[in-house]
Amino acid sequence: MSELIWERKDLLGLEDLSREEIEFILSTAESFKEVSSREIKKVPALRGKTVVNLFYEPSTRTRVSFEVAAKRLSADVINIATETSSVKKGETLIDTGRNIEALKADIIVMRHNYSGAAAMLARHVNLSVVNAGDGWHEHPTQALLDIFTLKEKLGKIEGIKVSVIGDIAHSRVARSNIWGLTKLGAKVTVCAPKILIPPGIEDMGAQVTDDVDEALHNADAVNVLRMQFERDESNAFPQQLEYFKNYGITEERLEKAKKNIVVMHPGPINRGIEMSSEVADGANSVILEQVTNGIAVRMSVLFLVAQANEFIKKNEDTN
Amino acid sequence: MKILIKNGRVVDPANNLDEVCDILIESGKISKVGKNIKASAEKTIDATGKIVLPGLVDMHVHLREPGREDKETISSGTKAALKGGVTSVLVMPNTNPAMDSAENIKLLQQIIKDSAKADVFICGAITKGRLGQELSDIKALKKQGVVAISDDGASVDSDKLMEEALKLARDENILLISHAEDKTLSNKGVVNLGLTSTRLGLKGISKESEYKRVARDVELAEKLKAPIHIAHVSCKESVEIIAKAKKRGAKVTCETAPHYFSLTEEAVLSYDTNMKMNPPLRSKSDLGVRKTKKISSLSARNSGLSAWKLNSLWQSRS
Amino acid sequence: MKEKAKILDAETLNRSLMRIAHEILEKNKGTAELCLIGIRNRGVYLAQRLAGCIKKIEGQDVPVGALDITLYRDDLTMISQQPVVHKTEISFGIDDKFVVLVDDVLYTGRTIRAALDALIDFGRPKAIQLAVLVDRGHRELPVRADFVGKNIPTAKNETVEVRLKETDGQDEVVIVSKDE
Repeated sequence: MSELIWERKDLLGLEDLSREEIEFILSTAESFKEVSSREIKKVPALRGKTVVNLFYEPSTRTRVSFEVAAKRLSADVINIATETSSVKKGETLIDTGRNIEALKADIIVMRHNYSGAAAMLARHVNLSVVNAGDGWHEHPTQALLDIFTLKEKLGKIEGIKVSVIGDIAHSRVARSNIWGLTKLGAKVTVCAPKILIPPGIEDMGAQVTDDVDEALHNADAVNVLRMQFERDESNAFPQQLEYFKNYGITEERLEKAKKNIVVMHPGPINRGIEMSSEVADGANSVILEQVTNGIAVRMSVLFLVAQANEFIKKNEDTN
Repeated sequence: MKILIKNGRVVDPANNLDEVCDILIESGKISKVGKNIKASAEKTIDATGKIVLPGLVDMHVHLREPGREDKETISSGTKAALKGGVTSVLVMPNTNPAMDSAENIKLLQQIIKDSAKADVFICGAITKGRLGQELSDIKALKKQGVVAISDDGASVDSDKLMEEALKLARDENILLISHAEDKTLSNKGVVNLGLTSTRLGLKGISKESEYKRVARDVELAEKLKAPIHIAHVSCKESVEIIAKAKKRGAKVTCETAPHYFSLTEEAVLSYDTNMKMNPPLRSKSDLGVRKTKKISSLSARNSGLSAWKLNSLWQSRS
Repeated sequence: MKEKAKILDAETLNRSLMRIAHEILEKNKGTAELCLIGIRNRGVYLAQRLAGCIKKIEGQDVPVGALDITLYRDDLTMISQQPVVHKTEISFGIDDKFVVLVDDVLYTGRTIRAALDALIDFGRPKAIQLAVLVDRGHRELPVRADFVGKNIPTAKNETVEVRLKETDGQDEVVIVSKDE
């Protein structure tokens, strides 16, 4: 076990995390994975703590995943979907955060459509903030569970080749994955039509190609992103079927790739657009395992930020 | 009343002066500048270790009044200016209502009379409401007392309208200040397109959105032999276009602000909204907008887009 | 931190383990339905050694599990800032079994309370017994050990350190004083 002490009360992204910190979250997650395999899937680690899911964007899988993780830690969970809340009346983010803090909640898990929202909230409240996705910026727990899954499947991250395929420009999953994977020593390639590759992505450590066969060639794993037709306004996208023809992952495409290539997707899948159904349900796909690992990783994250915040509060009391 | 300022470092570029000496003021005028002035004065200021400058002129300032007094007022803005040694400001017309008519100018002049703590010069709006559709009555604006016109905050998209405006400004002998931005290219961006926009996951503002419009503005002005002043230059491509035009004899001047040659887009990386502005902070290679001496195309330096930054920037003396 | 006294050397430590193994077998009348669960970290190695002793005595294998109680602690069992969570590995069912919990030092009893909470989540054993290498007194909860290697009265500003070959290179038990 490493000598690392986890000191962060928030998890806002992977960009600022050290390699050791990422590895620490993942090794802690291994212990939590075991909890989900018990008959009584509960430990009292966060008993009496309140976790608030504050989701400004609709989400089922991430929200439910965080809820299950928090409940397995014995925490109380409140879900706020802002469409039906006072946010509709114009309440600011900071006010919302402070109100939640006044309820003596301990952790806010937030998804927001503005990049940087989680960072801003964390600056203005003393409770812990876990970023469940902010705009196009980061989705750290998704990348962590992706890496956790890869580690399980391939035994290591150092030196492996991972390709991320999809709308890189607008993808927080892509950014978090690039940070996490490169910090752990993997070689990352991003692949998308040129207009969906943001400038300067090479400076983040990724290689770039717009040829999906090139991206698949020799890759140990491929992370297929969701094509977000509902998000971009500017119609810069090719037709859905055209995307499938040029970038969709099919069994034929995989034939030219490594036999045991690991196929991942953050979900939900657009069958027939990012990948064919055969691939989604096929032997190389670990999509459902990602979901299971998501619980363990999120339990680990919630546990660690809660402990760090406890320690910070204790030190403030004695000072 | 006689005032004696002793022992300050007196910097007066107009007279090539930069040395420690004294200044004697009599009846509101400077009567003597020299070493060890012996005179009896009603007020003596010990300026040892301090810098004595002529009042600075900031030619690009937003005082937000009328309309956004919650952000700034003529009074608060000019107070801040004085703190930084700025005694004259040219105030931009993107107020509400915009400074696009003689009546509105009159309204502003009254506010200035009542509350300004420094000298405030007025820049009128090129088009009505700054909407870029219809020209203001530029002759009337000049008559009312503007010294310049600009749609600052917006650019005049229509070539035809811009040409007419340049002609009128030229004939009325007022300066046309251009905020060069093609909004179809900047496309609601918020930070520099590149490293910052990619890492932060935000919409980026390309350099093209600035320098392509600079090129158009300079071309039109050159064609009409009209003077033009390019506001807040942020990238080296804009500087190159302006320098080349100057070499050809065009009457182009421009300005930049201290943050464009002392900060880069990295400053926004923590989502610090204090570092968010238009045009945005650019990359390391654009810090060269500072090179005034070399190409003498950066004719003015000023505090930038908003007076709120004025005080802290001058304090830091970048 | 000063080492004050060596309470057990390697030979005595291992003899104590052998004796405890005998006592476990005596109390439980053999190895039927018996299992050993060590509390991380050192409790696990002690449990494995006990299983080895039992094998020597009875020729039978007894299942050994590892229990991590980090997620069941109360505030007062927090020794350091960093809670490091290790894996719990109990690959056998504990329903209707005689579970012997194994730990190195019994002190306030809070670790054992946490271990009991954890075990109850795993199933319904017929009985839970406790084997410790050292009992140093100062209980804060009503917990007692069924099998004890050595009783060592200590002061509150002292710590008892159990060192094992597997983790520390040699077998011994020492008392360390916390005074600077």
